[in-house]
Amino acid sequence: MKDLIKRITEVFGPSGQESKVVELIKAELEGHVDEMYVDIMGNLIAHKKGPGKKIMFSAHMDEIGFMVTHIEKEGYLRFTNIGGHRPWTLKGLRVIFDNGVIGNIDCHSDTKPNELNYDKLFIDIGAKDKAEAESMVKIGDSCGFYNSTLANGQRMIGNSMDDRIGCVILIEAAQQVKSSPNDIYYVFSVQEEVGLRGAKTSAYRIHPDMGVALDVTPTGDTPEGAKLNVKLGDGTAIKVKDASVIAHPLVKNFMIDVAEKNNIKYQLEVLTAGGTDAGAIHLTKEGIPSGTISIPCRYVHSPSEMVDLNDVKACVELVKGMVAIDIAQILD
Amino acid sequence: MLLKRLTEAAGLPGIEDEVRNLIREEVKDLVDEMRTDALGNLITFKKGKIDGPVVMLAAHMDEIGLMITYIKDNGLLNFKPLGGIDPRVLVAKKVLIGPDRVPGVIGSKPIHLQKSSERKDAIPLSSLYIDIGAKDEDQAKELVKIGDGVVFDTKFSEIGEGCVKGKAFDDRVGCAVLIELLKRDITLPLYAVFTVQEEVGLRGASVAAYDLDPAPDLALAFEGTTASDVPGMKEHHYSTSLGNGPAISLMDSSLIANKQIVQGIVEVAEENGINYQFRRTNFGGTDAGRISLTKEGIPATVISAPCRYIHSPISMMNLNDYNSVIDLTEKYLQKIAKGGFSK
Repeated sequence: MKDLIKRITEVFGPSGQESKVVELIKAELEGHVDEMYVDIMGNLIAHKKGPGKKIMFSAHMDEIGFMVTHIEKEGYLRFTNIGGHRPWTLKGLRVIFDNGVIGNIDCHSDTKPNELNYDKLFIDIGAKDKAEAESMVKIGDSCGFYNSTLANGQRMIGNSMDDRIGCVILIEAAQQVKSSPNDIYYVFSVQEEVGLRGAKTSAYRIHPDMGVALDVTPTGDTPEGAKLNVKLGDGTAIKVKDASVIAHPLVKNFMIDVAEKNNIKYQLEVLTAGGTDAGAIHLTKEGIPSGTISIPCRYVHSPSEMVDLNDVKACVELVKGMVAIDIAQILD
Repeated sequence: MLLKRLTEAAGLPGIEDEVRNLIREEVKDLVDEMRTDALGNLITFKKGKIDGPVVMLAAHMDEIGLMITYIKDNGLLNFKPLGGIDPRVLVAKKVLIGPDRVPGVIGSKPIHLQKSSERKDAIPLSSLYIDIGAKDEDQAKELVKIGDGVVFDTKFSEIGEGCVKGKAFDDRVGCAVLIELLKRDITLPLYAVFTVQEEVGLRGASVAAYDLDPAPDLALAFEGTTASDVPGMKEHHYSTSLGNGPAISLMDSSLIANKQIVQGIVEVAEENGINYQFRRTNFGGTDAGRISLTKEGIPATVISAPCRYIHSPISMMNLNDYNSVIDLTEKYLQKIAKGGFSK
């Protein structure tokens, strides 16, 4: 699993540019599902056919990133954000473009950290002037963080754990689930970071009977950290609510039952901000009972997001436990 | 002139009737089908000569403005904004109220009566009022009603070298582009959809694409967008520049543009020597964002004519930019009519 996590988190894929992630996931799932297709928005949908009701799992492939808006005559790139960053975390970071061009982010030298914003930041790709820069990147090109993903025992640190770790869980589950009473759709969605967009259109097309998002959630276990119940290493986090969804009681209780019956370590998560694909799925058509399996993650939306492999494994077990039960019984 | 007729009409979010009626008259002989949906979107369809790709063109009919919310004892009117308005642009402006276009002025305290502290800050919306010259509440009620829409009293005219000034360029410019495109000889099936309530949350567009049959293969929205090439802005802050041609959107707060469409438009511009630019900021949402998320998704982007000073009583646009938006779009549509469009 460590190898897959390293490979998938190091792949380029800011919102709207997810095709390299699609290729990686497709190769992993080949032979494990009945059909795979990419829809109009770019979502990868892997379908494992079953006789019963439709359950849709969704993990998003896109990562937060940056888009070039202007090239200075000296060759520096001005940029805007794709998804939510904290500008003061950006100075000194390395970024990579789809074509392999790398750069680093720095800022106007007279700027205090708390005054940092996108207007004062730039990317240096080592171009000596505008003409050379334009031969390397174009306005509208996007880039993502460029870091190695590393492991210390059971803990892994890297960028884009949000939400490639959710993708890993669905890949592992899909590889292990040989049959199910349910009709399973594993959706690897696009453009979550800019507004849950891929999940919206894929849920419309699939029209599932139950929706489950898999996404990271911040923890409250760091020094002077936020007042959050979730701790790294305390198991899979079953979401009660966030800003985008109140988990449907049937789905939330289904998750809790499966966790308890299978001795899967779990914790309940209440988040006051943030959203996941479940926020889009549950409002599709006439409404779809939905919930979220959260992966505890420290430093979400930073270049160094940390997860615990035992939590990740607990999430895989929860997905497997859910699909083993006929969801028609749960929804009745 | 079409732009003059469209921009001088009143069309506030939810009160787009005057603009819709005007557009109906303009396009009735140009299209094969025309209907108004439940929210008020005007949906027109021109069958074309081939089966596809089917294209949806969209522009919004509403403009930012005000709504009368209260009539006071002394005959002065309270109001609330409809859409994003900077209160600093309101003071001492001429306005027109309701379907009868009752003239009024937005009152302000003369400088003689202001305390020095009052001169430093913008007057908040809550302290502004509209004066229609009524002596009391009863007289005011004969002229206006609570809920009446208020637009700026701005005349359209040409100015300088090939520029025009007027109100509501966001987005009557887009409406005019759609009407002009309906007059061109375009072979593919074309929806021209004039949407409502964009300025209050992209609302008309949220439903406009839902029951189009045949379903569109791609969508283009047209806007009069911010040109920020003005003093006080550094070049890397510019969104678009006046006179530099149509602005193609790559991303805004509602949309990441479909790459095939953007690439196709850029190719057509370069093949035909049409100046173009990218819209270089990512703020603001557009109808294209909502349309792109309809049902299973519709590939989309936005093509804009740069306009300075939008969301104010007066904007300025370069006519070459405007004409190029029409020409570029026509040529792009001809290209995909021949070569197809792959999602």
